[in-house]
Amino acid sequence: MRKLALLILVLLSGVLFIARLFYLQIYDASPESLTQNSAIKVVYDYPQRGYMFDRNMELLVSNQPSYDVMVVPREVKPLDTLEFCSLLKITKEEFKEILRKARIYSPRLPSVVIPQLNKADFASLSEKMYKYEGFYIQRRSLRDYQVDHSANVMGYIAEVNNAIIKENPYYQMGELIGTAGVEKQYEEVLRGVKGVKYIQRDRFNREIGPYKDGIFDTLPERGKDIQLTIDATLQKYGQELMVNKRGGIVAIEPDSGEILALITAPSYDPSLLVGRNRSKNFTKLWYDTISKPLYDRVLMGEYPPGSPFKALTALIGLQEGAIEMDDIISCTGGYHFGRRVLRCHHRGPVAMVSGIARSCNTYFCTVYKRVMDSYPTPQDGIDAWRSDLMSFGLGDYLGYDLPTGRRGNIPTSAYYNKIHKYPEHRWSSLATISNAIGQGEVLLTPIQMANFTAAIANRGYYYTPHVIKNIIGPDTIPQKFKEKQHTKVKPEYFEPVVEGMFQVYENGTASSIRVPGIEVCGKTGTAENFTRIDGKRVQLTDHSIFVAFAPKDNPKIAISVFVENGYWGSRWAGRIAGLMIEKYLKGEITRTDMEKYVLEGSLEEEYAKQYSGKPFTINR
Amino acid sequence: MMTPSKTYVRFDWLIIFIYLALVIVGWLNIYSASLSDNAQGFFDFSQIYGKQMIWMGLSVVLIIFVLALEAKFYENYASIIYIASVLSLAGLFIFGKTIAGATAWYDLGGFSIQPSEFAKAATALALSKYVSDIQTNLKDFKDQLAALILLAIPVILILLQPDPGSVLIYAAFIFPLYREGLHGVYLFVGVGAAVLFVATLAFGGIWTAAGVTLIAAFQFYRKRKARVNIFNYITVIGVCLLFIFSVSYIFNNVFKQHHRDRFNIVLGKEVDSRGIGYNTNQSEIAVSNGGWLGKGWTQGTQTKGNFVPEQHTDYIFSTVGEEWGFIGSLVVVLLFVGLITRIIYRAEKQKNQFSRIYGYSVAAILFLHFFVNIGMVLGIFPTVGIPLPFISYGGSALWGFTILLFIFVKLDAVNSHY
Repeated sequence: MRKLALLILVLLSGVLFIARLFYLQIYDASPESLTQNSAIKVVYDYPQRGYMFDRNMELLVSNQPSYDVMVVPREVKPLDTLEFCSLLKITKEEFKEILRKARIYSPRLPSVVIPQLNKADFASLSEKMYKYEGFYIQRRSLRDYQVDHSANVMGYIAEVNNAIIKENPYYQMGELIGTAGVEKQYEEVLRGVKGVKYIQRDRFNREIGPYKDGIFDTLPERGKDIQLTIDATLQKYGQELMVNKRGGIVAIEPDSGEILALITAPSYDPSLLVGRNRSKNFTKLWYDTISKPLYDRVLMGEYPPGSPFKALTALIGLQEGAIEMDDIISCTGGYHFGRRVLRCHHRGPVAMVSGIARSCNTYFCTVYKRVMDSYPTPQDGIDAWRSDLMSFGLGDYLGYDLPTGRRGNIPTSAYYNKIHKYPEHRWSSLATISNAIGQGEVLLTPIQMANFTAAIANRGYYYTPHVIKNIIGPDTIPQKFKEKQHTKVKPEYFEPVVEGMFQVYENGTASSIRVPGIEVCGKTGTAENFTRIDGKRVQLTDHSIFVAFAPKDNPKIAISVFVENGYWGSRWAGRIAGLMIEKYLKGEITRTDMEKYVLEGSLEEEYAKQYSGKPFTINR
Repeated sequence: MMTPSKTYVRFDWLIIFIYLALVIVGWLNIYSASLSDNAQGFFDFSQIYGKQMIWMGLSVVLIIFVLALEAKFYENYASIIYIASVLSLAGLFIFGKTIAGATAWYDLGGFSIQPSEFAKAATALALSKYVSDIQTNLKDFKDQLAALILLAIPVILILLQPDPGSVLIYAAFIFPLYREGLHGVYLFVGVGAAVLFVATLAFGGIWTAAGVTLIAAFQFYRKRKARVNIFNYITVIGVCLLFIFSVSYIFNNVFKQHHRDRFNIVLGKEVDSRGIGYNTNQSEIAVSNGGWLGKGWTQGTQTKGNFVPEQHTDYIFSTVGEEWGFIGSLVVVLLFVGLITRIIYRAEKQKNQFSRIYGYSVAAILFLHFFVNIGMVLGIFPTVGIPLPFISYGGSALWGFTILLFIFVKLDAVNSHY
């Protein structure tokens, strides 16, 4: 023991040190990051964000310089607070609060004191900045919008918050990131890569030269420009048509899936979210819970599709062999089932083409029932029907390149089993009969409606809708936007449906809103809808819905229009669809009567009803 | 078959090789830690690394001198060497130069000499001589006391400089004494005293006393069924408290402020402008910067920014950690462990007791430096300012350790079994 005591201690110390070294250098070593190193000062050089153009290379958004006053709390020396505050145009209390927050965020890293100075403030401040140690002015580039529309497509950029910084170490406090729309979706393309300089410091914080002679320093890389599929003229026109109405318009080029117009109403001027008033304006938009300008109704709104859905019922009927094109069904003014009746506004015998043209409820309920009954159980029927519908991009996210969206709802058999408490209670196909005419449980977003219209226009396939046309520079758009998505309905079954939709204009529900010189195929829709007022279910004026594509052969545009509480299909949505098609295909408007009606019309009175607190009448 | 004659000389090349490796590693790191913009190449003798090169050159002369002397010389003249060393320590109070609050240097024109660095070897020789004497019996209290006085004289002289770090090293002699038959309780008391000493200075007398009392009370409570005499506990606590409060009293009342500052710098308190633990924190950051392979020679960011105070002297191992990484640090630790265990192994092979005790003393002194210094840099031991042997900058330290080691190399070469 006496011989071993020292030897054992020596060996134990060796083991202890090796373990401690392992812990410090390997196990606990945070990933080598120069920005975390107190001996290294990091200076960023921000690149210009990429521009956005429309499909005709009209500039939508560029950049303007902006200046932020930044602070590194650790480096602040005692200063003339009063003078500095008067330069910054804030009170002493505000200044202290800003500094306190900056210190909590990090004493070593820069925080924003005053964001987005204007040029005048910048000029007066910049010559005095040398007096205030620890403060400096950081040049950034801000968005400069050339248009007052398309805010919902382009989205906006905002200062990163702590959650983003934690998740993505690329970003530092005060930097900007796309948080909505194309700005968010294509953030990495648009932002470019910021340049960085590492500067070695000694323990007194003095800069002693570039770290490792600048071998890690990088130059900023400008963001890439993006050409969108949006047609600025069409987009602007659509936005004007939607003034004083709520809803939206989606126009798609069927043979490419390119989104020509994506309009939600009400919207806002994108310039509102730039500059020093950004936060005030944003708050105002955010808290407008009645007209919801930040809510993209065409992507997020799930509506009952109403009669345009009948086109799909017809296609599925043909595909499933439940009906022949020429099968005649006689309508007696309603579809009777059990003791109930689903009424129809017309009478007489109809076949497929005339059924679509006249929008006969009886005809489509019959077709739907036959489809369901061709399966052993109503469950099987619903699931087969759903599977056909999903091939049109319904009931799930469409996969377009904007960061928001909804699935819509195409109910499953499980869903009906649940609400009817199967198997204690059985349910028949008649329980779901409202689906036949786009009411019931079926919900679609306006972009899904435009998409199935494009699939009908193409007679059986669609391209995933997208807003990216081209990334300018060596980059390509995702391959999935170039692949045909085939529906489960065979191409030959589309012709009668197309013909029916053509007859809608010729002698059907849209005959009064014909567009001269263009063979348009469309389908009106009128959807019942309800809201809750004081906990009671109250019916509101029907939604006005329209889907169309044109020309009939070799279609160039497929469109869906949704006007909340617009009463009936051709009244608002039909007119707007016609005007949009004419504008896009001809570049000018011949139906000026229709244009005047839409531009001057307002539904504000209708929207005010449910908030008035008084009893009101609907559908008038 | 040839038996080795008494004059047969056989140096332990492993010890010499490790010594050379450590000195070269030391110079490379001193170069990196002290590199400044106005340096004029490797051989700029106005720079710290240039001076170290001179000390290294002179060490070669010292080695030749130490090895050239007869092995018997060290045993025969141990007492003379010891007395000379004690006189050199005492002379400091008259001729000494004060640097940073400690009167520990002789100013010899261009450079300074720190006699306490040589006193370790001298004390080791004297103790070896005394204990190996045929009449000395370590079980005898009188002889224990004599050995203690032998150690106490340089300890007190060094304590008065004051240089608490160097004093701590004298605790190393407990190991050779224990090896030669000293009762184990002294080892326990010695280690306990060292712990109490550091704890008192680091945490203050009151807290340390409270801690000791609590531990003793807990121990008594645990063993209450064993009918241990409570007075034994009270005696032990009493002695501990007396020790703690005398350390505390001397520190606060006898020492002047500049002495206390020196202690406090050493302990990383008060004078340190960024709060307790700045040194340790910075050196730990430097070490963890290293990762597996380190940042490369002269590439350490903490080293370059001079974030670690005293980096070329006491904190030199943080440069090793940052620039040579885990692998480099591992090699240095293993070199030390290898050197010390080799010395212990060789000491056991000695034919006479004097060489064995001296060998053990060398191993123990190197071990304590190694343990306290690297422990401090890695943040597992309180801040105590002592150099890392052969690696830290400093002429006196390098020469002191060189003499200490090579006397043993010489003794080993002529006195050992193979």
